[in-house]
Amino acid sequence: MQIDLTVNGKPATLDVEPRLLLAHALRDFLNLTGTHIGCDTSSCGACTVLLDGVSVKSCTVFAVQASGHEVTTIEGIGTAESLHPMQEAFWTAHGLQCGYCTTGMIVSAVDLLQRNANPSDDEIRAGLEGNLCRCTGYENIVKSVRAAGKAMRDHTERHSVNDLMPMHPPAEEPPPSGEGIIPPFLQEAHT
Amino acid sequence: MIPATFDYHRATSVDDAIRLLGEHGDDAKLLAGGHSLIPMMKLRLSTPSVLVDIGGIPQLDAIDASGGRISIGALAKHAALAASDALKKSAPVLWDAANDLGDPQVRNRGTIGGASAHGDPSADYPAVLQALDASFTLAGKDGTRELKASDFFQGMFETALGAHEVLTKIAFDAAPSSAYVKFHHPASHYAVVGVAAVLTMSGGTIESARIAVTGIGDSAFRASGVESALKGIKPGDVDALKAACAGVARSVTARSDTFASAAYRSAMADVFAARAVAKAATPRS
Amino acid sequence: MAFTTMVGARIRRREDPRLITGRATYVDDVRQVNTCYAAFVRSPHGHAKIVSIDVADAKADPHVAGVWTGDDIHHAHNLKSSLPVAHKMGALGLKTPPHYILALDEVRFVGEAVAVVIADSPYTARDAAEKIVVEYAPLGVVVDPIKAEAGPPFVHEELGTNVAFTMPFKAGDPDLAFHTADVIVKQRIVNQRVAPVPIEPRSMVANWDAGMQQLTIYSATQIPHLLRTQLAVVLGLPENKIRVIAPEVGGGFGAKLNVYAEEALICWVAMQLGRPVKYIETRSECFQAMIHGRDQVDDIEVAAKNDGTITALRLKITANLGAYHQLLTPVIPTLTLLMAHGCYRFENIEAEVVGVFTNTMSTDAYRGAGRPEATFFIERAIDMVALKLGLDPVAVRRKNFIANASFPHTTATGLTYDSGDYETTMDKALKLVDYDGLRKQQADLRKQGRFLGIGVSTYVEVCGMGPSAAMPAAGWDSATIRVEPTGSITVLTGVSPHGQGEETTFAQIVADELGVPIDNVTVVHGDTDRVQYGVGTFGSRGTAVGGSALKLAIETIQAKAVKIAAHQWEANADDVEYKNGKIGVKGDPSKSMTTPEAGFLAFMGDNLPPGLEPGLDATRRFEPPNFVFPFGTHVCVVEVDAQSGEVKVVKYLAVDDCGRLLNPMIVEGQVHGGIAQGLSQALFEEVIYDDNGQLLTGTLMDYAIPHAEQVPHYELDHTVTGTTVNPLGIKGIGEAGTIGSTPAVANAVIDALAPFGVVHIDMPLRPEKLWAAMQAKNGSAT
Repeated sequence: MQIDLTVNGKPATLDVEPRLLLAHALRDFLNLTGTHIGCDTSSCGACTVLLDGVSVKSCTVFAVQASGHEVTTIEGIGTAESLHPMQEAFWTAHGLQCGYCTTGMIVSAVDLLQRNANPSDDEIRAGLEGNLCRCTGYENIVKSVRAAGKAMRDHTERHSVNDLMPMHPPAEEPPPSGEGIIPPFLQEAHT
Repeated sequence: MIPATFDYHRATSVDDAIRLLGEHGDDAKLLAGGHSLIPMMKLRLSTPSVLVDIGGIPQLDAIDASGGRISIGALAKHAALAASDALKKSAPVLWDAANDLGDPQVRNRGTIGGASAHGDPSADYPAVLQALDASFTLAGKDGTRELKASDFFQGMFETALGAHEVLTKIAFDAAPSSAYVKFHHPASHYAVVGVAAVLTMSGGTIESARIAVTGIGDSAFRASGVESALKGIKPGDVDALKAACAGVARSVTARSDTFASAAYRSAMADVFAARAVAKAATPRS
Repeated sequence: MAFTTMVGARIRRREDPRLITGRATYVDDVRQVNTCYAAFVRSPHGHAKIVSIDVADAKADPHVAGVWTGDDIHHAHNLKSSLPVAHKMGALGLKTPPHYILALDEVRFVGEAVAVVIADSPYTARDAAEKIVVEYAPLGVVVDPIKAEAGPPFVHEELGTNVAFTMPFKAGDPDLAFHTADVIVKQRIVNQRVAPVPIEPRSMVANWDAGMQQLTIYSATQIPHLLRTQLAVVLGLPENKIRVIAPEVGGGFGAKLNVYAEEALICWVAMQLGRPVKYIETRSECFQAMIHGRDQVDDIEVAAKNDGTITALRLKITANLGAYHQLLTPVIPTLTLLMAHGCYRFENIEAEVVGVFTNTMSTDAYRGAGRPEATFFIERAIDMVALKLGLDPVAVRRKNFIANASFPHTTATGLTYDSGDYETTMDKALKLVDYDGLRKQQADLRKQGRFLGIGVSTYVEVCGMGPSAAMPAAGWDSATIRVEPTGSITVLTGVSPHGQGEETTFAQIVADELGVPIDNVTVVHGDTDRVQYGVGTFGSRGTAVGGSALKLAIETIQAKAVKIAAHQWEANADDVEYKNGKIGVKGDPSKSMTTPEAGFLAFMGDNLPPGLEPGLDATRRFEPPNFVFPFGTHVCVVEVDAQSGEVKVVKYLAVDDCGRLLNPMIVEGQVHGGIAQGLSQALFEEVIYDDNGQLLTGTLMDYAIPHAEQVPHYELDHTVTGTTVNPLGIKGIGEAGTIGSTPAVANAVIDALAPFGVVHIDMPLRPEKLWAAMQAKNGSAT
């Protein structure tokens, strides 16, 4: 049957079986593969997306149920050119390792801060209980959400990955060698 | 992970839902938030041939918690209950349960009606709604009927909801001295033991109590023996409270699983009953 | 490496931008035209004969491209190969029953694959699989390793036993030590079976290019090259016609250090169909058919003197291997024996390792892999000795530590610990947690009927796997560095990181040593057609071994660049050197050349020293002369609820020593995750089969891996003791957290219950067990 979704701000009309899960609609019909699937019991939260602005597990929603509604996936949260403060905070605080749970974790954390702009560490932990991570032990995830909360309260602007990469450590002397990808001497050699 | 095929219908009203259920017979099931049904369908433990989606029916999610009689639409989401300050004041027992149920994503999607109609023996609401002595409004083709919570919950995954009926509303009297406490299963977040306590206090003394327990047996139940034993007790008297709550699960056959044996479940029912009563007697900030 | 701006710094990970924006490509994200999808029919029985399989309805399904059973593959197509098991245990008479890629005639554990259906979507594949009817005749089931050792029933009837191997060991004079002991502590310690649960389950997609006669498989694996080698053997294909790609991999923890039946089968089916075939297992399948970890019964007996000196250990390890060997199954318990000493110097050991088959999924390497079991029983033993002698467990540890002066220290089990300073690490941890203050607080709270427990674990572990001579198959690893003509640098590493961050740490090393911005370095891994052979990422070896190979490659690049520069300057090569990442002439600051400049000259090739080949690249391999032995002290403080037995972790502190820290942020992340997994084994996790072989913990609704509320904040610190085993002076840190934490948590919980006369409780320390222990004492008191 035909369904009409708005995904990351863009309309999408799909012809689907009623049993198609929203997670599969996003991944396999719209190629939004940032939404991951990690379990079959609505436990792990890797598939978390925003449905009409609140976090849901897209493996436990039929795509037909979402017809007429708005879906935001990790791809709509932020991009490399314009990182959401939550994405930047996960990067800076090392809030991820293998990255598989990360996209759902970030979406949940965005929803968490919508409901509570200045959560305590305990509130952050409670707010993320629908997302499982097997790599980080959650320490740096909590730290990431705390940092993102601060950045959002301070209305920090979004950054591009290219502005931020790499985070150079304080160096005693300027980084050695050239500036760009192609060193100046080589450009001269070609002219 | 992959549900079996089914036909899908969106109901536009309660009457429309009842009509669709009537048309499609006993293989049809209602779909609200889907957080009880869809997991079962993914594991193919449930294979309905028709789903009637009532999730979009307007006004069925209303929460009126301002007066002495509280009314909650069946489609009210756990998150909406959990965010209701009025409910926190008028029926903290339900507010506790809504806050402690599942996880944020489940609360954002699951509904009180869907969770109740599922009749899970470890679910929170069956205890809470029995302790509140709530009444359930069920709509069918011949009109509506009202059932008490204790009649609605009938057994393991069994309720009094007819195959062609829609649960539309749950109502109960305000219960400001009430609380729900829960021993979480570490994996499922369901109640290993959950105890709901609704008290009427007179000064510092319990005048009357309704206690209901979930997670122990085939279905949540009222603990009438403990309810009478609590009369006249001061909840601050730890020993008296403990004595009154002893054997709260005596009347049921407790279940065993990989996390908790029957004996432990029963013993924890006593412990959590005392905690629930103490919490119910403590004014909320 | 005195000069450093990158190494040692908290550099943000270069792999993260794609991961945090959802643009990374995991196996399930690979899109290929005309892909079809697999669904499996799996055994619902722990042990049964397959009487018949009716596939007619499934085959008739218009969506179905093919259906295969064990008979079809192993008989009709004559694919006889068994799945591999890597070991050097032939002298022990290791029994290796055949392990077919689809069950042949008999199933031996719940979840064993019986038939595969290929259809045009995952949905239709599942539908068709539901149409297959299998008739079974149940056989006797055994799941308990102690019962299995006694047998029957036998998992493999033709063997006439469930014992796969027995390995005796003796060193020193344990009989004398026990004869002259002041006290003896004896305990059976069950190290329960756990499930690795990477959040990405096993995932694979294979394609056969009939024109090129080439098989390509994308697999969520930790060992792309070893997988390629084994697939060549199993499928009978030339290895140079197989390409294995491990794209983004969503966690492994040892469970993806394997060669699974499904991987071989999906390849074979893709070859039959000439179409890409994808299989992404469900979490339920993952619990059934991905390897499990641990599952040992360790019977220990410890002899000690009144002053706490440990003199001897008697040990029997009964290891539950599961129904079949997976890649390293029988090797794991032998690692437990090797590490039975912990960080203590006693020299008398008598041991026996017995590996037994049961009707369960295979056990194999899970984060720590054999070493956590050893650390657990020896750290529990220390606490039991202390309890028996009325000594502080810290004092007993101090009494028995291997002294700093004796490193390198050869243990009775034959390992040579490279370096260590156990007492300094412990003292630092005790000071940071205020151990004496905690003991006082514990005493005060006990008077109020509150039960605080303090657990200490001082661990050492063996990693940086490892010298080839000591490995089941190859312990070296490789690195290639290419200085590209336009100055960027490509690193090809033989290890296969999947969260450990080597795209960053390796780039840090190269940036410093070859003097280029880190942006100009790209680290490539996980593709057997792009990267030279490497052994992979496991055993906390990625940086210790793979990074060391990289260091050797850097040295080769530098040596050549120096020759090129010297030629340009008409200088003596002996006077030219790398300093702070740049090439210069000793004592002449006017001469300076960058690595990219040297690389460009090497590319142009028209002005090189006579006899020097053009190009600036190098491939090197590092063969570690020994393992490395990181160590540390973990302290856990818990409070046990006297009414319910619920455990609250009040405090967790770890002081670890993994040598030099290349990127402290990444090191800390590894420790955090390791602690969470070890703590979770202590408190929550257990794979449970019932006596019929049914898996009772088959979903994430039954099997608890912790969420954020269930774990504490971890405080970390470290000490730095070098090693000369590798040129980087580093030890692995991937598994240390898991190894150190489990006994710290268990010791804390059991310490909390000391007033109830509790000496030991097996994991997981579920509330009910603690409640029962407290009830028993309360009952006996009244």
